[in-house]
Amino acid sequence: MIIGLDVGGTHTDAVLIGDGSIMRQVKVPTEHANLFECVWSALEQVTRDVRPEKIRRAVLSTTLTTNAIAEQKMAPTGMIVSAGPGVNPELFRTGPHYFCVSGSIDHRGREVQGLDKTEIRRVAARLNSEGVRHVGVVSKFSVRNPKHETWIAEILGDSFDKIVLGHRLSGNLNFPRRIATAYLNAAIFGIHKQFFEAVRESLDRRGLRIPIFILKADGGTISFESSIDFPGQTILSGPAASVMGALPFAALDRDTLVLDIGGTTTDMAVLVRRSPLLEPLGGEIGGFKTLIRSLRTKSIGLGGDSVVRAVEGELQIGPDRLGKAMAYGGPAPTPTDALYVLGMGRGGDAEASRRGLTPIATQIGTSLEEAANRIFDLTCQKILAASAEMIETINSKPVYTVKEILSGYKVEPREILVLGGPAPHFARHLARITRLCVQAVPQWHVANAIGAALAKTTSEVALFADTEIGYAYAPEDDFIKQIGSDFTMRGAVELAFDLLRKKHIKAGAAESEMDIEIIEQAEFNMVRGFSKAGKNIRVKVQVKPGLIPSYHEVLGGIGDYCALPGSI
Amino acid sequence: MVSANTKMGLVFFPAFDWAISPTHPEREERLLFTQDQVFEEGLLDFDGIIEYKPELATIQDIQRVHFCVPDELSVITESHLVSAGGAITVGTRVVEKKVERGFALVRPPGHHAMRVVHGGRGFCNINIEAMMIEYLRKTFGIGRVAIVDTDCHHGDGTQDIYWHDPDTLFISVHQDGRTLYPGSGFLHEMGGPTAAGTTINLPLPPRTSEEGFLYVLENAILPMLDDFKPDLVVNSAGQDNHYTDPITNMSFSAHGYAELTRRLKADVAVLEGGYSIEGALPYVNVGIIMAMAGLDYSAVREPDYQPDKIRQGSQVTSAIEEMVAEALEVWRQGPEIRARNLKKNHYAERDRHIFYDTDHIMENQRELLHLCPDCAGTLVIDSSADTGHRIYAVHIPRKACGDCVKAGYDFYERAETRLYNSVIMQDRTTDKYLVRK
Repeated sequence: MIIGLDVGGTHTDAVLIGDGSIMRQVKVPTEHANLFECVWSALEQVTRDVRPEKIRRAVLSTTLTTNAIAEQKMAPTGMIVSAGPGVNPELFRTGPHYFCVSGSIDHRGREVQGLDKTEIRRVAARLNSEGVRHVGVVSKFSVRNPKHETWIAEILGDSFDKIVLGHRLSGNLNFPRRIATAYLNAAIFGIHKQFFEAVRESLDRRGLRIPIFILKADGGTISFESSIDFPGQTILSGPAASVMGALPFAALDRDTLVLDIGGTTTDMAVLVRRSPLLEPLGGEIGGFKTLIRSLRTKSIGLGGDSVVRAVEGELQIGPDRLGKAMAYGGPAPTPTDALYVLGMGRGGDAEASRRGLTPIATQIGTSLEEAANRIFDLTCQKILAASAEMIETINSKPVYTVKEILSGYKVEPREILVLGGPAPHFARHLARITRLCVQAVPQWHVANAIGAALAKTTSEVALFADTEIGYAYAPEDDFIKQIGSDFTMRGAVELAFDLLRKKHIKAGAAESEMDIEIIEQAEFNMVRGFSKAGKNIRVKVQVKPGLIPSYHEVLGGIGDYCALPGSI
Repeated sequence: MVSANTKMGLVFFPAFDWAISPTHPEREERLLFTQDQVFEEGLLDFDGIIEYKPELATIQDIQRVHFCVPDELSVITESHLVSAGGAITVGTRVVEKKVERGFALVRPPGHHAMRVVHGGRGFCNINIEAMMIEYLRKTFGIGRVAIVDTDCHHGDGTQDIYWHDPDTLFISVHQDGRTLYPGSGFLHEMGGPTAAGTTINLPLPPRTSEEGFLYVLENAILPMLDDFKPDLVVNSAGQDNHYTDPITNMSFSAHGYAELTRRLKADVAVLEGGYSIEGALPYVNVGIIMAMAGLDYSAVREPDYQPDKIRQGSQVTSAIEEMVAEALEVWRQGPEIRARNLKKNHYAERDRHIFYDTDHIMENQRELLHLCPDCAGTLVIDSSADTGHRIYAVHIPRKACGDCVKAGYDFYERAETRLYNSVIMQDRTTDKYLVRK
């Protein structure tokens, strides 16, 4: 059995899956002020009377770190930044404890200017005196040479609770994002560690020795133990959970648009032949562009609870939300109220919805039913327009070789999978107004928790080799090795795969989840005068994001599409 | 989030899978370290710096500018279509006002490609700036255009294409042709008889540094642009004046390039040459992007930058001052010379020998221009090369008068096809390209 738990904006869902069905599902209200209580209560309920040894693992997708960043409830965090020439590093200031120090490394990883030890000791003393316990250390081009970051960490010694080094976060080149990512990792380190130690302790107390995994922004999982050092990976897992929840139902031979229609927002994502698309560099959170590997999702301020208005005789929906729909006692009419007027709502006060929409119908000069129809239709149209925009952006991503320009893959979704609140109703209408095949995801109301439960562990390794200088380097893995001039692409790929396997096992994956692939591969000759001086090799390998190999057995019967209400 | 002060568009196309040959300066990794530097600085994340995917240029875009012998596909590769397409993409976004300025950071380059193309010259096959400009003229009706070519080599291809066009001001600043390929670009090369003064050459002595470049900019280029009042300013932004460039002898720097870019305020910059791929290009390109985006580039510098060591000597300074004074005189005389020429013969002739260093081809050309008081005049070119190809090409300019259009078609129809591999008509009044064989 597997547990999936997803902390959402309003509810926290937990599911216990096994033997081809959802054996138990629990819904508790989310209390942002006391996230631990709600996670613990959901875990307790979902595991009640279950023999612990029967539970293979529990995967948690929480809003803990995401909210801490969004609400700026982070620990005071120091940043030591060594930029050298180029863009002024002050532009990337993260807060009051931000210090630019000397030192410079060039694009080949060669030291141009050394560090000044005294300067760094001075900064350390200052951070200590300001009571800063968490520090991020970032140098420009540290993914070509980590020397300066490592030296700074050595000088700082053990006088801080946590020191995050930029080169360990990603193999990608992007200094400002490296700064932001190091900052966020250092700033949420304490909250993350404390929270999961509390979860672990509570489980231990109850004798539940379940392996705990955390859902990452890239839709993969990582063991709780491995996540402690780099908690930034756990941000933005909410959208990832919904994408993973839709994944089992996506077609293998075409592209899929996933729509998670919530109360406040609609989150959209694209699957290419059942593989989720990733952000090219990393996700964005709280105004920070990061290097945190994340699924490519787009969120628009349009959902079931968006406010409906009539402005100069024209309907306007969202982007704001004032509260619940009027059917549930909310203050303003919403698309959900339109569904009630159209007889598609259950359990709420349809009369309140009618009351709320009547003035709008008057202002746009139609009957109440027609107004409701138009509101519902406009909501769907706007969602489709935003999706089209997202797909256009994906397809206009620049590429850098002639071959890719001529043979570039164009994303073209042929089906839509809908999850979230009133998924079946939306699916039915979307099917009417597009030529795509539209389905509501089975168990759409708990699909996120299911997605978390079934996501497999992911890892990535970036390897860079320069045979002229004579080194191979995988920054995230802190791996550096001397190489000879005979080092080849084949050797580089083997080395990268080797590092990936080790990392993957460490992240808590099983051998059976070792579905590895090369995602980037480039090799350049470096020429001095008119003869070859060396090779510059770049390799990226990964374990494909996806579902655990046994998901078919676990999912069994719930893999069938759920029937839509009415006929299409 | 960090924002640019000027909204700029960028097409970055390093063509990582294209080279003239494995150890040729124009090879795969030419922009590799530039990519690394631009990515690491995070410039593409800045709000207001927008990266566009290049569109592919079409054969028609080539035919609007060139006569390719024996045909277009024989003298280009796909990479040329992406590179020209990248310039067109950037130019279009600027003219549509999606961005204020744009930079096509693309390869292969194009400024040595002339109107007739038998093969590659100076690493260039088709002229990407001219293709962009003529596309913008056709699509958006852009009129007057100024091209400022700051590549270290004389932009002889662009000069050739616009030699007879009084609506296009071509200014090339470069290392003196007596000391560098292609060996042209002297002061007296000032445009054809009816476009005299709209080609301006500013040859600089070897070892010119930032001071000299900015002197020429302030004292010659900017005043001429002020006079000419172009609708669009294009910068052929070669980066081989850099003090580390392996195939030239100048002393310019990344900071100097950024400063020049800021002051020139070109609408569109297009990369041309520049072969110091590690020591110069990463820094020069970061400097240019930042300058175009209105960002502070004062901290952009090369690891080995020592301004005192590369500063130009006083002899260089005085040579530049003299040259600028003469160039201003050329600029002043242009209109008179044009008027005088129109009173002369009905036709002007020109014979030329053109060497294609990249493809080792020798071409002989005889050019015949109708000196028309009402338009730029129909141009006829008889071109033969030692490849055995010979063409007869008729160019009717964009704003040709009725008589010149008629004269052009007369030439085209009367030419004897048995003497030529092909007889070609490039009618810019209707954007047509016709071939008789």
